[in-house]
Amino acid sequence: MMKKKELICISCPRGCHLTAERGEGSTGEWQISGNFCPRGAAYAIQELNDPRRIVTATVASDSRLLPRLPVRTDRPLPKRMIAPLLNRLYRLRVKIPVKSGEVLIDDVEKSGVRVIFSCNCKE
Amino acid sequence: MIEDRNVDVAVIGAGAAGLAAAAECADHGLETVVIDREELPGGILRQCIHNGFGLRYFHEELTGPEYADRVVERAAASGVKFQMNTTVSDVRREENGDFTLLLLSEQSGVTRVHARAVVLAMGCRERNRGNLAIPGGRPAGVFTAGCAQKLLNTEGMLPGKCAVIVGSGDIGLIMARRLRWSGVEVKAVVEIMPYASGLTRNVVQCLNDFNIPLYLEHSVVSINGRERVQSVDVAPLHDGIPILEQKFTINCDTVLFSVGLIPENELAARLGVELNPATGGALVDADYQTSVPGVFSGGNVLHVHDLVDFVSEEAARAGRAVIRYLEGATAAERNPVRAGANLKYVVPGYYARGRDTVFAFRPLGVWASAMLEAELDGRVIWKRRCSHVRPAEMLLAELSGQLLNAPGTLEFRLRPEQDEAAVEEA
Ligand SMILES: Cc1cc2nc3c(=O)[nH]c(=O)nc-3n(C[C@H](O)[C@H](O)[C@H](O)COP(=O)(O)OP(=O)(O)OC[C@H]3O[C@@H](n4cnc5c(N)ncnc54)[C@H](O)[C@@H]3O)c2cc1C
Ligand code: SF4
Repeated sequence: MMKKKELICISCPRGCHLTAERGEGSTGEWQISGNFCPRGAAYAIQELNDPRRIVTATVASDSRLLPRLPVRTDRPLPKRMIAPLLNRLYRLRVKIPVKSGEVLIDDVEKSGVRVIFSCNCKE
Repeated sequence: MIEDRNVDVAVIGAGAAGLAAAAECADHGLETVVIDREELPGGILRQCIHNGFGLRYFHEELTGPEYADRVVERAAASGVKFQMNTTVSDVRREENGDFTLLLLSEQSGVTRVHARAVVLAMGCRERNRGNLAIPGGRPAGVFTAGCAQKLLNTEGMLPGKCAVIVGSGDIGLIMARRLRWSGVEVKAVVEIMPYASGLTRNVVQCLNDFNIPLYLEHSVVSINGRERVQSVDVAPLHDGIPILEQKFTINCDTVLFSVGLIPENELAARLGVELNPATGGALVDADYQTSVPGVFSGGNVLHVHDLVDFVSEEAARAGRAVIRYLEGATAAERNPVRAGANLKYVVPGYYARGRDTVFAFRPLGVWASAMLEAELDGRVIWKRRCSHVRPAEMLLAELSGQLLNAPGTLEFRLRPEQDEAAVEEA
């Protein structure tokens, strides 16, 4: 018996429909088909083993112009860490000035992922 | 006494389009002012805090504010002057061919700008419930998706606790995820078409990730509630007609509409600019010049774009054409360009012989593969196979001037080769 999973690649707007297969009970590599380019296979394997997403949000600030400052993770974060991170961000209130790219949280739950500001704010 | 100011180029709107056109002009040494009613330049990008911008233009994936900061810095470094918190309430063409813009601002009251050329870059606004005529009361809790996006992302205001989204355009999909990530429940997205109108990747990351149901070929037939929205009634569609016997109710306190955008062209109409009914934007030539000499247009006010990268590129081309116009170049030839089978429109609406031109289109349907063809005087002069065609994604065709060597009518069309369904079964 083969184990089969359907996925849609989100690496580019083409949105290929992917099929991942491997032997029942096997822990070996998934066989991926349906991908138009190699990024699809890499995406599927990452998604099956350790799904991750870029997270974007806002944090409260003491700025008059931008009472909410946009922030984002600098790379995809493991999905299970998203909700705890959002809860943490929504409790923060940051002081300006900040610069785009400046680090707000250095290492989210030891994942190596950073949260950075995604805009400049001086006043 | 009304204060007057003289410039070479006046750009209306400090979004991606206005900034790109202005930077080109200022780089060339032209005195250029960008006027915008908002406090900060950047336009709609400021409220789009999600990532997905700039892959083509900057070769990295940016959020809206990051893209905005970059293009604002570039314009400022070129010497563009900004006049923010200022609404352009009227534009007039004088007898000598120059323009007078009437500006309103809280700080300086009414002022005037005199310019030798004008760039229209006012962006677009959202279609709302009024444009759709959905029956029911007028309770609080009904927003356009973009308006809710602005409130939430720039001021931190939640629209409600539990939402239904009408329309599956990208703004609606992005808002579904934003609401979920902000602790708001999203009960459903309701779409009248048999396919999502936004990008597949947005359906996956914004709906499937959160198990939000997408009702295709369904319509909201009523919004219920007296003071605040309490529920909506949803019915499946058969040949476009709701089957009321099968309608069901979804409880919610908020309804967001994401049902399309319309170019903001009141000022263009006042100037007497001829509009293209298929785009809602100005009818332009290969120089992005409108029917009024000295008035140019680019970005969402010309036709609605899905990617900001294309807005920046298009408006930069318009900016370079402004330079040529002010240097006294003759206007581009006006040979008609037509949108043929399966295309909703084509921009620009005219071509000039011998001129390299980028044409932009909206397809009218969903196909796995289709051939985009250009025919000049009964001869196919250019074609390209396009895969994964859908109305949500603009198509581009870059034609070299050598191909455009004869006068006549240029017609573009899309010949479907393979259905989506056929590919999924294969
Ligand atoms: C909500 C939304 C989400 C999007 N998401 C994405 C995405 O994920 N990825 C992507 O690449 N693209 C996305 N886009 C598309 C892209 O961001 C836009 O097409 C692009 O930014 C539009 O630029 P613009 O300059 O034409 O218009 P705008 O940014 O709308 O700028 C127009 C400006 O003109 C000003 N203005 C209008 N009238 C007047 C007046 N009379 N006087 C003074 N000022 C005036 C307005 O205040 C505004 O600042 C999105 C678009 C929208 C609407
Ligand atoms: S497999 Fe390649 S082409 Fe297909 S969606 Fe993924 S990245 Fe795009």
